[in-house]
Amino acid sequence: MATNLSVTSRQKLGWGSANTVAIVIVAIPILWIVSLSFKTPGAITDPSFWPAQWTWGNYKGILTSSTFVRPLLNSIGIGLIATSIAVVFASMAAYAVARLAFPGKRLLVAGALLISIFPQISLVTPLYSIERSLSLFNTWPGLIIPYVAFGLPMAVYILAAFFQQIPWQLERAATVDGATPWQAFTKIIAPLAAPGMVTSAILVFMFCWNEFLFAISLTSTTSARTAPAALAFFSGSSQFTTPTGPIAAAAVVITIPIIIFVSVFQRRIVSGLTSGAVKG
Amino acid sequence: MSTSTKTVAAAVPEETSARHRKPRRSPRARSERRLGWLLCAPAVIVLIGVAAYPICYSVYLSLQKYNLAFPNAVKFVGLSNYGAVLSSPYWWQALKVTVIITIFSVALELVLGMALAELMFRTTIGRGLIRTIALIPYGIVTVAAAYGWLYAWTPNEGYLSALFSNSAPLTSTVPSLAIIILAEVWKTTPFMALLLLSGLAQVPGVLERAAKMDGATVWQRFTRVTLPLMKPTILVALLFRGADAFRVFDNIYILTNGGNNTYSVSILGYDNLFSALNLGIGSAISVLIFLCVAIMAGVFIWGFGTKAPGADLVR
Repeated sequence: MATNLSVTSRQKLGWGSANTVAIVIVAIPILWIVSLSFKTPGAITDPSFWPAQWTWGNYKGILTSSTFVRPLLNSIGIGLIATSIAVVFASMAAYAVARLAFPGKRLLVAGALLISIFPQISLVTPLYSIERSLSLFNTWPGLIIPYVAFGLPMAVYILAAFFQQIPWQLERAATVDGATPWQAFTKIIAPLAAPGMVTSAILVFMFCWNEFLFAISLTSTTSARTAPAALAFFSGSSQFTTPTGPIAAAAVVITIPIIIFVSVFQRRIVSGLTSGAVKG
Repeated sequence: MSTSTKTVAAAVPEETSARHRKPRRSPRARSERRLGWLLCAPAVIVLIGVAAYPICYSVYLSLQKYNLAFPNAVKFVGLSNYGAVLSSPYWWQALKVTVIITIFSVALELVLGMALAELMFRTTIGRGLIRTIALIPYGIVTVAAAYGWLYAWTPNEGYLSALFSNSAPLTSTVPSLAIIILAEVWKTTPFMALLLLSGLAQVPGVLERAAKMDGATVWQRFTRVTLPLMKPTILVALLFRGADAFRVFDNIYILTNGGNNTYSVSILGYDNLFSALNLGIGSAISVLIFLCVAIMAGVFIWGFGTKAPGADLVR
């Protein structure tokens, strides 16, 4: 007869091993890139999982080369600007969707849904042509504008779901005290909505950080190319060395912020994705 | 709700005279509508400027003979670009590859994502840790992960290739597709799991306990209680991931760059623009891809009755 105690410890063992399987599946491909990034150029052709000899050479190489540092700065700048614009615009629209009665709301939500499942390639050809004629091609705004558009729908969903949970009596109280709807929005609701805005900002930034198709299509030099796109254009330090080590090191560098983000904001990201994107 | 005009200034007086049925709107209701439009205006302008207008422009371009190498030879050619694409074996090969990748990766992700969602939901130890770990593939840059897979499967360089007697799977079609699907599944299963987690959290625990009291096994409780209640969430997750998988680009670009007949429709469209510089054909491909995704969404929403996300935001 199994006592209650042994049942729970058996359960613990079961969950523990399931957790371990999941962690190993996630960790191995990532550790492999880390390992590659520390291999010496000569050891790249050694298929063993860990390097025999560890080196910082690949990191020194990419962090002193403008073919990676400039794109890294582009990624940070473009990501931050696009995220700020998207979150501000999305907060305004989400407030209206969650709180106000106005015709066209249904159309807006449907349009946002359409964009969120939209194939980006369908926009690459026309945007390439339009941006070239407007001299936006290969500039920061040339990437910021499409990133805002693709970040908006997700941010609107998350924020609208978030706004519906805010205690709106406060807003009414403010309007009773003589505040205009605009004042009620900026003075009362925006501060309460800040956590939702942080959540959507994280997710929009992660989208911008990850984006590849626009980044290679709408840029031609490192003046606007972002880090993921730069990876694909890496070459070895001489034509006889493969760029494997530098690419792995660059991949690790652009993964570090993501790992910090998900560690610090795990709860927010999970609640944002589960509450905002889909409500079954 | 049927009138959805976006012109703020002119619409307000017209509305009051055109709608006799509704009682006169109070000044407060009117200012509320005006504020609603004003607050949505920036988002709407961006969405129209970056999505709606380019798609229309794309339709226009797709009707032109337009090669960037010969910018002065632009002329209207009607539907002949579509004829050229639809009669080309490249398009059908790309569509086949895209559909195969979409079906296999989404099916695998549904099964694995459900398992991961159950784990994230029910595990009694390390719940925060497992959620954080699961978010890493979701957040990691696809291109960075794809390089990891590429080098892992490169003969004489990669541990996975060494594991399979130094094979070179990325040099033939079927193994390449399997690796592309593997890379997609590894990267996006956590996203699927998170979407499913929201449905799982809404299944009333009372029902499962009741089924347990009645003697249902774990598997019966899952298939007879949890799954039916999660159907709406599963449909939405399938729609989102299906549409996402259909535009697969990053992994293929890095792993094979479309070699060995592994190009998807997105890779084909990209190549037509940047290698062939053919805006007309490239636009026709773009429009066709858009139609495919629109049809997929239509089937899910009207065919299977998928409740569109955000529907509950509009009451």
